[in-house]
Amino acid sequence: MSRQQDEPQAECVSEVELRNPTGLHTRPAATFVDRASKFRAEVLLLKDGREANGKSILDLLALGAERGAHLTLITRGPDAAAAAEVLRGMLETGFDET
Amino acid sequence: MKLTDFLFPGAFVPQLASNDKEGIIRELVEALVRTRKAPRGSVSGIVDALLERERLGSTGIGKGIAVPHAKHRSVREVVGTVGLGPQGVDFAALDGELVYVFFLLVSPPNDSAGHLAALELIAQTLKHETFCRFLRQCRTEQELVELLEEADQGKYAL
Repeated sequence: MSRQQDEPQAECVSEVELRNPTGLHTRPAATFVDRASKFRAEVLLLKDGREANGKSILDLLALGAERGAHLTLITRGPDAAAAAEVLRGMLETGFDET
Repeated sequence: MKLTDFLFPGAFVPQLASNDKEGIIRELVEALVRTRKAPRGSVSGIVDALLERERLGSTGIGKGIAVPHAKHRSVREVVGTVGLGPQGVDFAALDGELVYVFFLLVSPPNDSAGHLAALELIAQTLKHETFCRFLRQCRTEQELVELLEEADQGKYAL
């Protein structure tokens, strides 16, 4: 379920299952933040009611997201749809970790 | 899980003497083996593993914080220590800033879950700005111990 609009205040909300074999530990978190920071959109990641700024490694680590965790990805801003697509893909493909 | 379940008094270094990545890591691992949570003979192996991990990308995650970590077969559970570099250390942090606070973790090779849980707890605590400020003001091991115990009692819960 994703709402995607291409307008200044666009917001995309996606439910994502984390596929990374060892969870969202430091390296994947850093990779995620690096990519998220390239977008103007605000990026939020939610797990069990806890919210993390998707552009902060510390915030992402504080989620303690393990493999198989169900996360909600929210992007808000002019490039929200593009950000959602790229970032959802990262979470779902496991950051190329084996 | 509590911070003091894996961060052991006796291993804290409130005023790190080194000012480079390898020196800091070695100093913290030397402190860790003093608690006997990791065998003395494993120091160089653990240091190498930590430096190898740093080569994949700095564990300086920004905001003056670094979480050097590695897996090593010499430990039976996640063990760690805390160090402070009051002058700031060039740790090649991802935000380019100096690092003042170090949380070093060593995990058994097959304990990704334990490592992730320890990181989660450290990150949750460090998100609390008051905790961070107090942490950076600690100058003795006793002050560090008291602060971590307060955190474990929920004083810095978000």
